Amino acid sequence: MKIKDLPQEELVTGSYACAGCGGILAVRLALKVLGKNTVIVTTPGCLLGVTTFYPQLAFKVPCVNITFPSTAAAISGVVAGLKKRGREGIKVVGIAGDGGTVDIGLQALSGALERGDNFIFICYDNEAYMNTGVQRSGATPLGANTTTTPVGKNSRGEDRPKKDMLRIVAAHDIAYAATASIGYPADYLRKVAKAMQARGAAYLHVLSPCPPGWGYASELTVELARLAVQTGAWQLAEYEGGEFKIQKVGREKPLSAYYALQARFAHLV
Amino acid sequence: MALRRFLNGNEALAEAVKLAGVEVVAAYPITPQSPVVEKIAEFISKGEMESEYIRVESEHAALAACYGAAVTGTRVFTATSSQGLAYMFEMLHYVSGSRMPVVMAVANRGMAAPWTIWADHQDSVSCRDTGWVQLYVENAQEALDTCLQAYKVGEDPQVLLPVMICLDGYTLSHTEEPVEVPEKEEVDAFLPPLRLPVALDVENPVVFCAGAGPELYTEFKYQQQQAMYAALLKLKEADAEFAARFGRSYGGTVEPYQCEDAAVILVTMGAVTGTAREVVDGLRACDQKVGLLKIKSFRPFPAQEIRDILSRAGAVAILERDCSYGYEGALCTEVKAALLGLDGPPKVYGFIGGLGGHDITREQITAIYRYCLEGVQPGYGTDHFLDVAGARDEN
Ligand SMILES: Cc1ncc(C[n+]2csc(CCOP(=O)(O)OP(=O)(O)O)c2C)c(N)n1
Ligand code: SF4
Ligand SMILES: [Mg+2]
Repeated sequence: MKIKDLPQEELVTGSYACAGCGGILAVRLALKVLGKNTVIVTTPGCLLGVTTFYPQLAFKVPCVNITFPSTAAAISGVVAGLKKRGREGIKVVGIAGDGGTVDIGLQALSGALERGDNFIFICYDNEAYMNTGVQRSGATPLGANTTTTPVGKNSRGEDRPKKDMLRIVAAHDIAYAATASIGYPADYLRKVAKAMQARGAAYLHVLSPCPPGWGYASELTVELARLAVQTGAWQLAEYEGGEFKIQKVGREKPLSAYYALQARFAHLV
Repeated sequence: MALRRFLNGNEALAEAVKLAGVEVVAAYPITPQSPVVEKIAEFISKGEMESEYIRVESEHAALAACYGAAVTGTRVFTATSSQGLAYMFEMLHYVSGSRMPVVMAVANRGMAAPWTIWADHQDSVSCRDTGWVQLYVENAQEALDTCLQAYKVGEDPQVLLPVMICLDGYTLSHTEEPVEVPEKEEVDAFLPPLRLPVALDVENPVVFCAGAGPELYTEFKYQQQQAMYAALLKLKEADAEFAARFGRSYGGTVEPYQCEDAAVILVTMGAVTGTAREVVDGLRACDQKVGLLKIKSFRPFPAQEIRDILSRAGAVAILERDCSYGYEGALCTEVKAALLGLDGPPKVYGFIGGLGGHDITREQITAIYRYCLEGVQPGYGTDHFLDVAGARDEN
């Protein structure tokens, strides 16, 4: 998947996302591979908030909004309905934030993965509940300062490590799962294409930095998304045919290079 | 020719779902609802019904999946009871606000705590304000017939609302009665295929359930209210058409029985109506002027009809299987409100009974009638609880 071969046409445009939003970039890039024969299912979170406020229609594909816990449950319904309509060729793509995936949406996701429905689930991970004001989620990394893990005399920020979602979904023995970062778009897009080819459920978890939530200047989004991988704070990996593959990216750097640029880790460096 | 068979309420509903050509079913088991979804699974497994069956991991997911299927323009069904219905609460509003004509059966069961698996109406009555049309049935035949009408009314372009069919757990869900099962062709003539004004289409992308600012939100909510009023009419129309085709009528919204000259009218919802009907027959045989008003549609609430029917009576006794804690039975409040402003309104007495599967006996209903005849003015808190050991025993 070469970036220069991607279609010019944008399938998400005119969103209200902040400048430098990693999440909207993740969605925009994925849609370039997924194409028009796609239905998006999404839930409350920044993505829904910045794309689908009536009469706004930032998506040029149909978008089914659903309640916060229910992305994957609604996916199963859409898949079943399209099957009855004889429109199985349409790709059903669930997109949720980390909160909507690893916390409140996990039960529904587990159910849909186990049922083996044919769909792609993309978690854009900005490592907290951004839409509601940067509260911690199960995907918040150890030590991060959030509004519900505020650093103070008795707290050094989030006190638990990030939930390992890749292994959780892999335990359902699905066709394909991968982590990605918007800092490595070619790798991410290759994975989206692979997910499209998978028979059954496929899962992508893409690290998507958030300037206001992490506390950094908006032009650093892509750099941070690369640094996360180069410092080992985030790993690029794939799960396929029952095997995990961790990808080496080179240019290793110390964790402090990643932490030093973000206000949420200021108390650690 | 329609077949006459021995079916319980759950089986009757499953037959209706099959006859209605439901395309997607998503459900999660709970007593006493389970047999209806088991029966549907069996139909599909035997090839008697061609439907997608989504074996979801919760009731919340069941309704979310129904919603997802509904937006593609397919006819959907789910069923639940009590705890499961409560677990769906968020989705109940979501489905009605999105105007998706989902049909759901609720095999009524009391709410924990304490744990109970037996019937009362607390589960569905607690969901009164979720924007669902709520229909209570009296027997298995009515469950089947109401399910067919529910699709007809819910899918009407002027309505587009989800419909809940409420049947008392066990008393109706598990008790076999002779039920006439109509022919598929007859049902097809009554119930045309679903045509949503807007369904999911990649050629014509739309957002389902977009966000809305205060002004638009109010507009949407006003339309929802108008749709409910439209449903009042459509329920009547559907009942009339059903009667013409199948020879059975339930009044659509309310069903009065012996009310014309009644001095006392009993008001009921659901299965207890059958018992009350017998009591009325017995008392009428002894020249007592007693009538019965069955409320079939709790939402939309047919206030005008209720007012017209009850206005001629001297006293009204509402007997219901739910309680709005801190006040009285919910139906009692509604009926009182419907009578407001009448010149010389009937006295209204509220009774709460049949909770958590408690029987409501003929003797109790007769006692309620006698109590109303005495004409004692009910004071504040007319919530006479039946069956309470050691409590004041007015009956
Ligand atoms: C049942 C329910 N609980 C809580 C909320 C409030 N809520 C809306 S969005 C959100 C956080 C979303 O976080 P995430 O999924 O990580 O997406 P992000 O906003 O970070 O992109 C929360 C808590 C809700 N809408 N529904
Ligand atoms: S708060 Fe963060 S995730 Fe939300 S729109 Fe802004 S940058 Fe994107
Ligand atoms: Mg988030």
